Amino acid sequence: MLTIKNLYASVEDKQILKGLNLEVKAGEVHAIMGPNGAGKSTLGNVLAGRDSYEVNGGEALLEGVDLLEMSPEDRAREGLFLAFQYPVEIPGVSNINFLKTAVNDIREYKGLPPMEAKEFLQMVKEKQKLVEFSANLANRSLNEGFSGGEKKRNEIFQLAMLNPKLAILDETDSGLDIDALRIVAKGVNELRSKDNAFVVITHYQRLLDYIVPDFVHVLYDGRIVKTGPKELALELEEKGYDWLRELDAQNA
Amino acid sequence: MSGLITNNMSTIVANSLFEQLTSAFHTLEDTNESPALKALRQEAYTRFEKKGFPTVKNEDWKYTNIHSLVNKTYILNKDVDVANLDLAKADIPGLDAHRIVLINGQYVLAFSSLEDELGIVVKPIEEAEGEEAFQKHFAQHADKTDSALVALNTALFTSGLYLSVAKNKVVSKPIQIVHVATGEEDFFVQTRNLYVLEANAEAEIIETFITSDGSAYNLNNKVTEIVLEENAKLQHYYLQQASDAGHYINHTEVYQTRHSLYNNYNCNFPGVSFVRNDINVRLDAENVESHLYGVNLLADRQLVDNHTVVDHMKPHCESYEWYKNIPQDEATAVFNGKIFVREDAQKTNAFQQNNNLLLGEKSAVYTKPQLEIFADDVKCSHGCTMGQFDNEALFYLRSRGISEESARVLLVHAFAFDVTSRFSNDAVQAYVEDLVEKGLYSE
Repeated sequence: MLTIKNLYASVEDKQILKGLNLEVKAGEVHAIMGPNGAGKSTLGNVLAGRDSYEVNGGEALLEGVDLLEMSPEDRAREGLFLAFQYPVEIPGVSNINFLKTAVNDIREYKGLPPMEAKEFLQMVKEKQKLVEFSANLANRSLNEGFSGGEKKRNEIFQLAMLNPKLAILDETDSGLDIDALRIVAKGVNELRSKDNAFVVITHYQRLLDYIVPDFVHVLYDGRIVKTGPKELALELEEKGYDWLRELDAQNA
Repeated sequence: MSGLITNNMSTIVANSLFEQLTSAFHTLEDTNESPALKALRQEAYTRFEKKGFPTVKNEDWKYTNIHSLVNKTYILNKDVDVANLDLAKADIPGLDAHRIVLINGQYVLAFSSLEDELGIVVKPIEEAEGEEAFQKHFAQHADKTDSALVALNTALFTSGLYLSVAKNKVVSKPIQIVHVATGEEDFFVQTRNLYVLEANAEAEIIETFITSDGSAYNLNNKVTEIVLEENAKLQHYYLQQASDAGHYINHTEVYQTRHSLYNNYNCNFPGVSFVRNDINVRLDAENVESHLYGVNLLADRQLVDNHTVVDHMKPHCESYEWYKNIPQDEATAVFNGKIFVREDAQKTNAFQQNNNLLLGEKSAVYTKPQLEIFADDVKCSHGCTMGQFDNEALFYLRSRGISEESARVLLVHAFAFDVTSRFSNDAVQAYVEDLVEKGLYSE
């Protein structure tokens, strides 16, 4: 589903990604772990098309479609979703109006007519249950005054509404207490299917107790230096990341 | 009034509007107006002649240069052609309203539908001299300011609207006043309006400014005096939708007495070249409430200058002012908000906020809150912000599949929403939101 080949990216002339390779198939969940500054969030942002990031080489294909040449909105319309580490508060834009615009812009891109109001509201009602998101929150301004947990639940709510092929969760666990973490993970697990895939970026193994990955990748200095089964996360938790330096040196 | 129809010679002889107006005034003596009105005009003319047109050396006109507007000549007071007038530009979807049409300031009865409303008097101002409210209020409010342009208007106005609402009368539906500018040669128009709401009367007035297609360059000097008697309530909209041929200097003077409520919603959109609004509210009794709202979405090289005065003269009054400016391209927005709290005006509650979203790299905003407080037990606050598009917010919206254009519309809509959400009329709110959306360039 997602094929990343030899990806190089920089921010303000600082090289962050240095030849990253990743292959994600439909139905899979991949976890990406690694120390601070390794390039985890950069990967998510480069794929989503944030313009402060510059791609210096390589390619990223979503079901064969080259993402890197596309505008952020077209990437989303092709089925990519980035759950933000820090969701943005936008006062005056109602959550519902925002979602309606997003759903219909995506439908238009696919040549579909706008969704009927009734159908849309039915979907809102159904999906907000998934993350125990109250109607009150759904009707408020986008993320305005939301707690950390509410913002992250809103990301998963949006994910559920937009139903992407590939979702990248960028440190969705950061700032969450254990209850909120459970709710978010439950939402993700219910959305998992044989037709979609998830890339879960995290610092901590804790989230992976709830969202069990098929593969764990270790990102170090802009490259994936090790890939293993879910047990690799436990090993990292135990040993830290220092030992990777040697591994990286060997690989280089 | 016919004496005011100027000899067109003056457009040839005169070098400037000032010279034209001077010669126009001397033909005034032949009119059949009352001695009282003639005296008012004479006194006002003397004031104007002494002051002349304001220049940028005048603090209140620092950013708003009318030099090029007045250093040219115009056709004065030409009869207008009422046939084939297209008013569709003023239509507001879903609004059921009475409609009054003024063409170059002249009241055109044919388009009105007010006959069935008892308790409303609507007539051309030049025929209103016999009205009690006219005698009591005409030129008694705006002329107390030291505005040269008000003085000029009083001295030489030729037409306008007189509107009064009788005691206890609640007007059944909004009254839309459509101001149409039309002419084949550059023209100057002075409109004079007086609106009086008697005790407990309630009305909603929506004033729309439009230009007929292909109209010549025009300068409009309009003065509106508004009197709200005890417990009267007026919702008052200005929707400025004229074309770039239009140049407007509007003075609105509102005089409020006990328990009255005045809400002004001042909206300017791309098109019109030049707008200067002076909106002054005098809260001259206890328990008066006034709200001044502004939404100014500008483009190209427009200049829109809103000067407001909220004058708290008596205790226990409340005022609330919120202006939003969104200049694009090379447009300039000016906001100057004066709040006076006089010594007597204890327990005043005054709020002012001005937010600016600069969308054009060469756009400009000049903003100045000006509070002069002489009472010691009052609550006054003011604030001002300047900003640009929030790139984080834009990216967030786009990352959900929303086009850049739609994302901009959502963000501007959100920016204006603090003000538009306070509109008393839902149809006008939706209309203004739509005009904001249409006026936005996607770049």
